[in-house]
Amino acid sequence: MNAISKPAFDVARIRADFPILAEKIRGKDLVFLDSAASAQKPRVVIDAMVHAMEHQYANVHRGLHWMSERTTEAYEDVRDSIARLLNAPDRSNIVITANSTASFNLVAQSYGRSVLKPGQAVLISQMEHHANLVPWQMLRDASGVELRIAPITDAGELDMAAYEALLADGKVGLVSVTHMSNVLGTYTPAERIIQIAHAHGARVMLDASQSVVHRRIDVQALDVDFLAFTGHKLYGPTGIGVLYAKRELLEAMPPVNGGGDMISSVSYERSTWAQVPHKFEAGTPAILEGIGLNAAIKYVEAIGFDAIAAHEATLTEHALARLSAIEGLTIIGHPQDRGGVISFTLKGAHAHDVATLLDRQGIAVRAGHHCAEPLMHRLGLESTARASFGLYTTMAEIDALADTLDQVRVFFK
Amino acid sequence: MFEDLRDLYQQVILDRGRKPHHGRRLEVFDAEARGDNPMCGDRVQVFVRRDGEAVAEVGFEARGCAISIASADLMAEAVIGKTADEIAELTTAFTGMARTGNGGAPQLATLRPLAGVHEYPSRIKCATLPWMALKAAMAGKGNASSE
Repeated sequence: MNAISKPAFDVARIRADFPILAEKIRGKDLVFLDSAASAQKPRVVIDAMVHAMEHQYANVHRGLHWMSERTTEAYEDVRDSIARLLNAPDRSNIVITANSTASFNLVAQSYGRSVLKPGQAVLISQMEHHANLVPWQMLRDASGVELRIAPITDAGELDMAAYEALLADGKVGLVSVTHMSNVLGTYTPAERIIQIAHAHGARVMLDASQSVVHRRIDVQALDVDFLAFTGHKLYGPTGIGVLYAKRELLEAMPPVNGGGDMISSVSYERSTWAQVPHKFEAGTPAILEGIGLNAAIKYVEAIGFDAIAAHEATLTEHALARLSAIEGLTIIGHPQDRGGVISFTLKGAHAHDVATLLDRQGIAVRAGHHCAEPLMHRLGLESTARASFGLYTTMAEIDALADTLDQVRVFFK
Repeated sequence: MFEDLRDLYQQVILDRGRKPHHGRRLEVFDAEARGDNPMCGDRVQVFVRRDGEAVAEVGFEARGCAISIASADLMAEAVIGKTADEIAELTTAFTGMARTGNGGAPQLATLRPLAGVHEYPSRIKCATLPWMALKAAMAGKGNASSE
């Protein structure tokens, strides 16, 4: 390992920022390898939310009093932070939602039912999370928009030739694909995907739920049309997510939820909508969660994505080497460009049994279909175990996983 | 390393999980039902052949963990010769044992190795899923869900 070329990354100092990592599981150190499902929270996020509740809280966007004005400022600051994180042209490109799933449903129900027409198609890939599949199925069934599925290769990468062929007839109005698979760890070639789609007249939505945690995303450089991520995987709270979209798309899209906060004026005859992005944000928003996500974004920005990406690469390389050396263990997928999400099977042991045995040693992994049943079917699997890494993951934790898996293998032999 | 797990993974569970005795689709059956655990993807299809009022044979096809397959296999043996009412009673007793660990009832004798799941909240449904499917089959319903 060339330590000089890699940015400084003090994992011990980072771990001290996450109070939960001091917890013991049945007397053993917590080895948390399930950050792809939801990440742990640093002290600054916890403190920001508690501080708001203790010192600075009221409803936003409506009060003419000190508390409401201060809370509105604190909450709305997250929109600037998200815009900065993604290099969005403007804060008005950022719609705050409940999570990635809500972002996909918003695009499917608004853009999908107004701009897309029957006879047009939505193209997704074979390695999508259910969040980027089911909303499009619902759109298909309700509006007659076709749903196409781009295959993946046995290595676990998007089959780019097949992808381009599925766009060839010009019927695809929207491509919606993952930027990083939550099962295989594959980073998809977003720039090429977008270039090819645009050349065929299709817009592109990226599922950045996993990728935004590990890599710098520049929506302008990518020229992506829509992008979704969720706060709780980025070390922020649950209940808050993001939809980035180009301004002209948001302008053309009708609101899905009606109510307070999304209107310009209301009478019994008709109502008019607030400006973008507020017309998509009906009701009191997730105020505390916005304040928490803002703290989380500032926290990862202070560490820096060069350091974060290098740490992830080092961990992934080590994990692939250690896990692949275990007898009977199969790593699922071997994409060229991959990150810190590794699915595997162990011969003779079901993934749930593997997870239960690992849990007895304080090691938390995910087991099951990972909300990607069609992908499991494509891979010829029922379920896998999955280890995923975060800022606070250490090489020693990966060694603990590998050493324990070797004992699991013996147990089920 | 895993000695404290022997309550959950008793030898009979490891054996039956690996090589179930009744893990097959019956050639002739009177009822069937599928049980799904949507949270983890486990699935068990249960086939029932009756002889008059009593169950003559149970077979199953399953994809799942050692616990769910062993549970289905031990269930297939425990319900032979029993009527629908007796099976309903046994299902209640088994589900209670899986949740509380209390397997004192004599009819639970052969099922008692599964009592250990009560200490693993996320695994209780693995043990009860085959019973949910059997219940659906006996009631003439096609499907059951653990949720």
